[in-house]
Amino acid sequence: MNSFYRSFLGGRSGTVGLVVLSLLLLVVLPLSIDAFRLNMMGKYLSLAFVAIALVMCWGYGGIMSLGQGLFWGLGGYCMAAFLKLEAAANIAKEAGTDQIQALTTVGIPDFMDWNQITELPWFWYPFKSFPLTLALMIVIPTVIAYIVGVAMFKRRVGGVYFAIITQALCWAMEILFVTRQGWTGGINGITDLRTLLGWDIRTPDAQMTIYFLTCIGIIGCILFGRWLLNTKFGRLLLAVRDMEDRVRFSGYDVANIKTMVFCIAAAMSSIGGAFFVLNVGFMSPKLVTIEPSIYMVIFCAVGGRMSLIGAVYGTLIVSFGRTFFSEEFPALWYFLMGSVFILVTMVFPEGLAGAVNRFGPPLWNKIARLWRKKPPAAPAEEVKP
Amino acid sequence: MTAKITLILLLAGLGYSWEEIKGIAIMQGFAGLNLFAIFLLMALGLSVIFGQMKVINMAHGEFMTMGAYTTVLLSWLCETHAPGLLTWYFPVAMVAAFFVAGAVGFLTEWAIIRHLYKRPLDTLLATWGLSMIFQEAFRQIAGARETSATMPEWLMGSFQPFEGVDIPINGVFLLSACLVLTGLVVANLYYTRTGLRVRATVLNRDMAGAVGINTTMTDRMTFALGCGIAGVAGCAFTTVGSISPSAGGLYIVDTFMVVVFGGAGSIVGTILAAFGIAQAQSVLEFFLSGVLAKVFVLGAVVVILMIRPQGLIASKIRK
Repeated sequence: MNSFYRSFLGGRSGTVGLVVLSLLLLVVLPLSIDAFRLNMMGKYLSLAFVAIALVMCWGYGGIMSLGQGLFWGLGGYCMAAFLKLEAAANIAKEAGTDQIQALTTVGIPDFMDWNQITELPWFWYPFKSFPLTLALMIVIPTVIAYIVGVAMFKRRVGGVYFAIITQALCWAMEILFVTRQGWTGGINGITDLRTLLGWDIRTPDAQMTIYFLTCIGIIGCILFGRWLLNTKFGRLLLAVRDMEDRVRFSGYDVANIKTMVFCIAAAMSSIGGAFFVLNVGFMSPKLVTIEPSIYMVIFCAVGGRMSLIGAVYGTLIVSFGRTFFSEEFPALWYFLMGSVFILVTMVFPEGLAGAVNRFGPPLWNKIARLWRKKPPAAPAEEVKP
Repeated sequence: MTAKITLILLLAGLGYSWEEIKGIAIMQGFAGLNLFAIFLLMALGLSVIFGQMKVINMAHGEFMTMGAYTTVLLSWLCETHAPGLLTWYFPVAMVAAFFVAGAVGFLTEWAIIRHLYKRPLDTLLATWGLSMIFQEAFRQIAGARETSATMPEWLMGSFQPFEGVDIPINGVFLLSACLVLTGLVVANLYYTRTGLRVRATVLNRDMAGAVGINTTMTDRMTFALGCGIAGVAGCAFTTVGSISPSAGGLYIVDTFMVVVFGGAGSIVGTILAAFGIAQAQSVLEFFLSGVLAKVFVLGAVVVILMIRPQGLIASKIRK
């Protein structure tokens, strides 16, 4: 029990942080904001998966991936493919073999019909089965990450070079997805997704359920990350980041450690992509290209690159800020965002979590002291970790 | 080269006459050269900044845009106030672009970059933020629409060295500007005291400081030089295309690929890489659609980098 407490929950401060986050996500937000904003939160949270993955990969492992959108997108596309085939099957069920009523070739996604493809391509077949889709959602990004990781890390490509190469890969994938219109839906992506295993995902109730599922996924990822970073593997990871050569000279295979964490980050990002599709009901290549990938790194940097929980806050704050300011003050937004990037990297390299860790405990002590002195004083403010 | 020969043989097989093949080969080769000039112009400044200083300047494209807007501004000023100068404003614009972008680069180094030398990956985030600010500033000042500079007459039109071959003059100008600029950069780095100081600082910062080189100032001037080169590149681009606030961002990944592929820290590597990537892309574009050619080239570069992580020409820097 004690070791569980320490390794999963991260001791006292870790537990407090996790409880505050869970309360915020599962209780405060659903009670305080309307369904539309809550769905938006679900959308942001699906990006937080990537931010958590980047904390492990970049914060602890020192591997900056600028192409994390690639893996996020693959997960999203896997889920979207399954939902699209189900939508196509539903249309086929309603319309029978009547092509005019179905408005499309029966049984295949509508965008294929628009692109003069009359038969389902072979690689779409696995997505007819839900378990297989879930498996592929994890396997495809992991395998790609493994290939990239082995090829790069065995050759000791790292740091800046790795970042630029992942960026190029991400770009290449976007181009492929945009140009292979008949296979992927082109620039529009895969749209008009309605049901998951017969369950309408567009109703407010369903959206609420999906939001809670997303939150549970996030908390699960944080717990998993805590556990992993507390194992021997986590310590090695940190050692690789700080002094790669010494780890190598101690007899460890640095490339394997790096590849492993890169694969885990890829799989985690992919899960986030799948949740995104469930929350939003479409998938588009514009969401997986270079700029969104850089934003993902920014979420992580703002939240604190060494804090799994901070990454979630970072994602929520930056995404919410982006939506709010680009609606209200579109011109100001870019200046503000740009300054945030610069300020965070220069003044707060540890991000929000670093600031809270530095200023939080003294503030907490002060409040606690006030509390003890005169009991009927103002109630203590909650301090976010 | 083999690809070019194969292409020629293929065309011969398709029934083109020899004269036509010669024309296509020259024009296609020239298209590749044009792309080469664009890549090299962009990559030169980055090669100085990234190659020598290991700073990832994601705002490099915006320094280029800055140079281009300087040119547009000057052409507009000439047009409205002194139409007579319109013929010869362009060389002045080039110098102005260099100094405007260089000065902003100088300030950027002082304000941001110098605090981040110990954390190269973080320069990426900070300069990305900077590029957002620049882009929005261009949008506010110059408008979101594409603009272009008025070209002097001697830059327009094309000439025909022989029958069936049409070579645009602005393309030739771009190529020669690129070659001259490269020459100047190489000369500056390898044959002047300033270049010597830059190279000494890159090779061994502590030792360079110990023998009396002001490494802080050297870094600042190197960064400013890289940005200034980007500005000149932007000025040269106005001869072949229009400019928009987000134009710089389009080239940034390509440019980084060129520098990384060539081997960071090696100007010769950068030139070779720009040539290789540009020619490969233009030849592939003849067979495939433009975007697919891009995917192939990106894939090939990634694979080659896996085999040769240090790039085409490895620099001999002690780490």
